[in-house]
Order: sequence, then C-alpha cells, then structure tokens
Amino acid sequence: MKPELKSATKRIKVFLRFPPGRAGRPVTYHLVKDFDLKINILRAEVSVNKGELVLDIEGRSEDIEGAARFCGEEGVEFHTIDNAVEWNRDRCVHCGACTAVCPSGALSLDRRDWSLVFSAADCYACNVCLKACPVRALSPGFDGDPIAATD
Amino acid sequence: MSVKTFEEINEKIRSKKAVVVTAEEIIGIVEEKGAAEAAKQVDVVTTATFGPMCSSGAFLNFGHADPPIRMNYIRLNDVPASGGLAAVDTYIGATEASETRGMEYGGAHVIEDLIAGKKVHLRATSYGTDCYPRTEIDTFITKDSINEAYLYNPRNAYQNYAAATNGSDRTIYTYMGVLLPRFRNVTYSTAGELSPLLNDPYLRTIGIGTRIFLGGAQGYVTWNGTQHNPSRLRSENGVPMQNAATLAVAGDLKQMSTRYIRAATFEKYGVSMFVGIGIPIPILDEEMLRYVSVRNRDIYTFIYDYSIPSRSRPPLTKVSYEELQSGTVRLNDRDVPTAPLSSLRVAREIAGVLKEWIAAGQFLLTQPVAPLPSTASPKGLDVVGGDER
Repeated sequence: MKPELKSATKRIKVFLRFPPGRAGRPVTYHLVKDFDLKINILRAEVSVNKGELVLDIEGRSEDIEGAARFCGEEGVEFHTIDNAVEWNRDRCVHCGACTAVCPSGALSLDRRDWSLVFSAADCYACNVCLKACPVRALSPGFDGDPIAATD
Repeated sequence: MSVKTFEEINEKIRSKKAVVVTAEEIIGIVEEKGAAEAAKQVDVVTTATFGPMCSSGAFLNFGHADPPIRMNYIRLNDVPASGGLAAVDTYIGATEASETRGMEYGGAHVIEDLIAGKKVHLRATSYGTDCYPRTEIDTFITKDSINEAYLYNPRNAYQNYAAATNGSDRTIYTYMGVLLPRFRNVTYSTAGELSPLLNDPYLRTIGIGTRIFLGGAQGYVTWNGTQHNPSRLRSENGVPMQNAATLAVAGDLKQMSTRYIRAATFEKYGVSMFVGIGIPIPILDEEMLRYVSVRNRDIYTFIYDYSIPSRSRPPLTKVSYEELQSGTVRLNDRDVPTAPLSSLRVAREIAGVLKEWIAAGQFLLTQPVAPLPSTASPKGLDVVGGDER
C-alpha cells in the first residue's frame, strides 16, 4: 500500500524562541514524547532574558505541524529554518576561509573547480563561519542570535 | 636550445598568432609533447593569484576646492587617509580601519566602493595658509569626480607563503584566518602551480616595468616589494620554500573591477584586500618552459604554529601544495583538515582573462626595464636605546 503523502517523514531545522520566564518549561520533552520527533539539539542559549533553541528534527509532517501548534500554545515561537546560513553568492570569492572552521562539512570546496559548496542539510547552524568569512558573504539565515558559538 | 625574444613574441601577439596557455594547462602539454617541443610551440604562459594582500592602497588626487584647502586631516567614509602629501593628494592604505565602524569597514572598502562607482564621503580640515585659506571641507567624491586614482601596492604577489596552524588551547584569530585550537586546522594562501612568482623562481622575465593584470586592468610592476627576499631556501627545482620575492605594483583604479579587488575583514585581526594579479611569462627558451611547468607536488612550504608569539617560530613540518590542496595534511601523526585563503577559482579566471587579452592582441609583453634584486638580507626590528647604534 502506498503511504499517504502527509505521513511522509521529513527532516528540518527549527528555531525556537522562549519568552522570558518560559525557559523552565519542558517543551523539548513534549516534542519527543507527544509528537514522536527525533531531535538533535544544535544550539541552546538560555539566560534570564530569553531562551533560544536550534533543533534538527525528524518526524512525520503532521507531527511536525502538531509540534508547531503545541509550541504556539505554550507561547514559544516556532520558526522553520530553510537555510541556517544565507550565502551571498555575488559577494563570495570562493576563497575557502569558511571551510577552515565549519565543523559539519556543510561548507566545502569542490576540488574540481574550487567553488564553494554549501549543503544546508548538513549545517549545524553553529554560525562559526559567519565571522570566518573575510568578505562577509555569510549571514544568519534566520532571526536568531548571530553570535557564534565559542569554545 | 631554441630561443625567442620578447620582440618576436610580441610580433606574434600583434598578429594574433601567439600560442598562449595557462600555467595549469602547460603541465599537460609538457607531459604530452615534452619540454623541447612545448617550448617551441608555446609563446606565453599566464599565471595568476587572487588572495588577501594587506600591503595595498591607493593614491588619490581630489582636485582643488574654491577657495582651496591644504588638507592635513583627511577622512574617507570615516577612514583616515594620509595628510602627509601635497594639498589635495592622499594615500589611503587598505588596512586602515574606520573610526566609526572599526575593522568592519576600512581603506580596502573605500577602494572597493570607489571602483564600484559609489559616492564616498570626504571630510578634511586644515590649519589654513595664505595660499590655501580654506580650513574645512565636507563633500562627496566618486572615481569620476576626482583626478588620479591609482592603486599602489608596496608588497603583493608573495613568492610562496608559510602555512598556519594553532597549537594552543584556544581559537586564535589571525591574518591566516580563524585557527582552531590543538592543531585542528591548517590554512594556506597560494595559487600554487598557477601563482606568478612560483613560475619564474629567479625572476628572469619579471622586473621593473613588467606589464601585468592588476585588479581587472593593465598595471605594472614598479619596484621590488617590501621584504623582498630572494635569498631564501630553495628546492632542487629552484622554487623557494619560504616567503621569498615580492612585487610592488601599480595600476589605474578607475579601470579596475570589484570582481578582482575585494575588501576583506579578518576577524579580530583587521582589514585586508583581495587583489587579483595575473602575470604573463614569455617562453624565451626551454629553461623558462621548465620553470612554468612546475607542479604543486614540487612546490613546498612549511607549517608554523601561529600561537607562538615570536618572529622566529620554529617550523612544524614541510608540506607540498599537492598535500595542502588535497584537503588534509599529516601533522603530529594526525590528518588535519586544510583550507585555503586565496581563491583558486578566481585565480583561474584571471589567468584565463589574461590569456584572452594576449591571444586577442590587446596585451603586449614588456621586457623589464631593470631586474629586481637577486639577493637580500631583511632585517628584524630590535628595541634599542637612542644612544645605541
């Protein structure tokens, strides 16, 4: 039997923003338990003023939609990230400086013609590349905190 | 050994019969035909590089205001420019940072904006003189509203350069990019076998007066670059294994393109500028042919730990550009990822453009007016007292 289109699984990145005072809610727990989502936390920033989560989630389309509704009811902003990093191809000179710091291999050089290649699906949304780009051709692809993770 | 002269090659260029190939293409030709035959057939090999070159800048002449001003405090889009020349002359250095935006905008960005035809905010003050009574001016300029605007870069096109890594336990931010702790990456900056001075290791054909591709226009080699040091360690093929020769170059900014001149900011280091340079090498004889057919596997450099704060850092290891370009190098018994800072893609494009110019008879070669120094012994800067020698 053909699976119905709506029950196809998909894997997307999402950006959740918790308003002040909501960071204590176990939202991630509910996303896993109630919506059967496979979650990989790419980035989490929690302070007195805000909470931000960047997640890689995999699940059935209707469960992801359900998760988005649930977040809305909880007062948590739920944004789909189409592109964790916005790549300005006109500005890019294909030098490769960003590939030096990319931990996921999402940014790489095609060694046939030495063009930069960006694979959005592999991106961890860590933002380390933003400041490694000397011509500032990379910018945050979503309205999160653009400050790069540091070690 | 067959010998061609610059004049014979130029004659062929004028009649559009010159055989021109890039320094990458020549490698396959030599493999197929042998050096002697290739030297006969090929007249010119084009080389190129497009990398960050800090020692760059532009001379500008604004023209005189009415009443005139002898500018001594000069700001272009809030970036300080030299007031140490004549009344309305200035030099804007590529690495000078904006007073309002810091290193996110600097001299290189002013230069790029001028090339792009954008309006640039000029502010200048003066103490006023009898002949130049005006004491301040606030206006906008473009490359078309001013007189001369030419790039004059005191040190470009380094013949080879050290590769960088970081052995400390924190990320460091350098002109060689972001270096991850504990040797987690290696960066290098070269076009390798396509790079101009690696294809003419003893500068037989490149000297003062050599016409070149500079930033999309035709420019010239004007002098040796600063820190020019041909007395470096060389491999058997004559190619230096360390930072060696350098060029000072000049060209008309008004004819350049932002495709080949691009402002850059190295995080927590400062402003720099990607400069596109292409140099044609005449195949005067079989010896020149052998030089231009050098391959990445026969060009070496050393990797240094940039976390060591000393001008005499010990090299960690010697690597070839074939290894560096492969994506990983062996360092301390581990495979470490490598990344370039110089764009090989744009360098290839420049070598191709220069090849087309020459093949179309639009670009003639120049025999150097004078050679560049063949030896040097650069000095360090020691801290001494005023009464010491």
